[in-house]
Amino acid sequence: MNRSTARQKHWKHNRIIMKRHWQMYVMMFLPIAFLIVFNYMPMSGLVIAFKNYSFSKGIWGSKWVGLRHFDKLISSYMFPRLLSNTFLLSLFTIAVCFPIPIVFAVLLNECRHPRFKKLVQMISYAPHFITTVVIVSILNQLFNYYHGIVNVMIQNLGMHAVDFMGEADAFRPMYVFSGLWQNMGYNSIIYIAALASVDPQLEEAATIDGANRLQKIWHIDLPTIMPTIIIMLILRMGSILDVGYEKVYLMQNDINIVFSEVISTYVYKMGLLNTQYSFAAAVGIFNSVVNLVMVLLVNWICRRLGDTSLW
Amino acid sequence: MKKHTFDRQTKGDRIFFALDYAVLVFVVLVVVYPLIYVLSCSFSDPLAVMESKVVLWPVNISLQSYKQVFEYTPIWIGFRNSIAYTVIGTALNLVLTMLLAFPLSARELPGKKIVLGLLTFTMLFNAGTIPNYIWMRNLGLIDNFWVLILPCGLTAYNVFVTRTYMQNTLTEELREAAEIDGCSDFRFFLQIALPLSGAIVAVMMLFYGTVHWGEYFNALIYIRSKELYPLQIFLRNILIANNIEGDLLGSLDPEEAALREALQETLKYGIIVVSSLPMMLLYPFVQKFFVKGVMIGAVKG
Repeated sequence: MNRSTARQKHWKHNRIIMKRHWQMYVMMFLPIAFLIVFNYMPMSGLVIAFKNYSFSKGIWGSKWVGLRHFDKLISSYMFPRLLSNTFLLSLFTIAVCFPIPIVFAVLLNECRHPRFKKLVQMISYAPHFITTVVIVSILNQLFNYYHGIVNVMIQNLGMHAVDFMGEADAFRPMYVFSGLWQNMGYNSIIYIAALASVDPQLEEAATIDGANRLQKIWHIDLPTIMPTIIIMLILRMGSILDVGYEKVYLMQNDINIVFSEVISTYVYKMGLLNTQYSFAAAVGIFNSVVNLVMVLLVNWICRRLGDTSLW
Repeated sequence: MKKHTFDRQTKGDRIFFALDYAVLVFVVLVVVYPLIYVLSCSFSDPLAVMESKVVLWPVNISLQSYKQVFEYTPIWIGFRNSIAYTVIGTALNLVLTMLLAFPLSARELPGKKIVLGLLTFTMLFNAGTIPNYIWMRNLGLIDNFWVLILPCGLTAYNVFVTRTYMQNTLTEELREAAEIDGCSDFRFFLQIALPLSGAIVAVMMLFYGTVHWGEYFNALIYIRSKELYPLQIFLRNILIANNIEGDLLGSLDPEEAALREALQETLKYGIIVVSSLPMMLLYPFVQKFFVKGVMIGAVKG
């Protein structure tokens, strides 16, 4: 009885607010319509992963084939290669591009000359604003086998030129380190902001206790920014299968394809170039589900181990 | 009292600072060198570039490559299109983002949780390339100008950042005072919320604008006709696929093959510089805004 009256009261209260703020709902109408039309409605197309889709028959007219496309994916000779290429590229990227911006932020935070600090920040953020296409073409120019400046320098040092953009083994390092070059500064912003909130009193107390710089970083700075680090790590792990496919696709060639064919580039080729829509959609679903599981898993682990998590 | 105690340095600290500054200087050099190199090549004599004489500064300064860039019309079609995509796309993004972030920043609004849930889910799960393609095809948007604008109408992350900003600037007292004075939500939004949101609008312009400007994969998927190609597609064709169209180099004496090849290379440097120029010129002025934007996003975390 009591509970139902409370609920009634709650509804009444809500109705009053809704009436008073009806204009709020009018404002939200257009953006929500966009969300539904361009983010949710396309999901109806996911069903084609379980069908043999063709444009002529449409989504509903195509034949239902159940999990056949998933079977085909898992038993395909490409599957282990795709999975390991995607995972390795992603793990390699995380291993390099996740910790280094943190170290960079800490080092920058120790800088005692504001002007120099501003300059370093300004310069290190700049490559973030160069587009992917241009980044890859700069790579192509600088690391060109014949006249790229890097190979010229290598040869001047008396060593043999290396085909950085051609050789398969060079693909992963080139991808990862060019990514580091482009985004190290930008990715450090968040940690620089977090470091600004370190309590100066703690620093002073540590100095009085005779702590040196490294000890202060280890015992004061890092614990302060740890929650930020963990949140960023969870978010990053959640997109473990989302490698920067735009860049991968641009860097791909016939030789490095053994290492550079990742799930998303494969989806593009299978689906849109080879028109195997249903199979490609199944590969895409596999990708999304693994990502979703990863973010939930990492979030769960972080919640178990510490008290920072996304939700 | 003025001098902080921690300014007293031990020997270990001094070594630490020396190393710290050395690393920072190294970072600056590594970041800057490729940029200067590209710039220098674009201003150098094509043959000098081919013979790898350019190491840091331009050699035999020449505007050859820029002359070529200006004569190469596809680039300008691309520029025109990309500017249109960026301006119109960003304008739509701003309208949608503000319209959604403002109601969501209200302390109490029935149904708010549902909308937040809808937004969050888009960050975790995406329909994927193929279902999106089929949907756009059903909507008749393939090879249509609007296919690069409408589907990227708003990004959940940006809505959250804007909402956080509005929660902080539009205080509860301000909202209550306006409500007591009989100010409607529309009026509050237009006359109070928007004028107070200058900083976040700048941040959002930058966040959305850079995405539109760099757009290339969606164009590759959805756009077929050359007249609609954004700049990045042209750049990819020239810079990466090496497809230089037309008789750009045809007017040259066919015997000068080496010069031809050299011109092709410097044209690339010129194009890299010209196409990156708008962002690079804009960037120093907007830097403080995007730092602010990233920080608001972090606080939300």
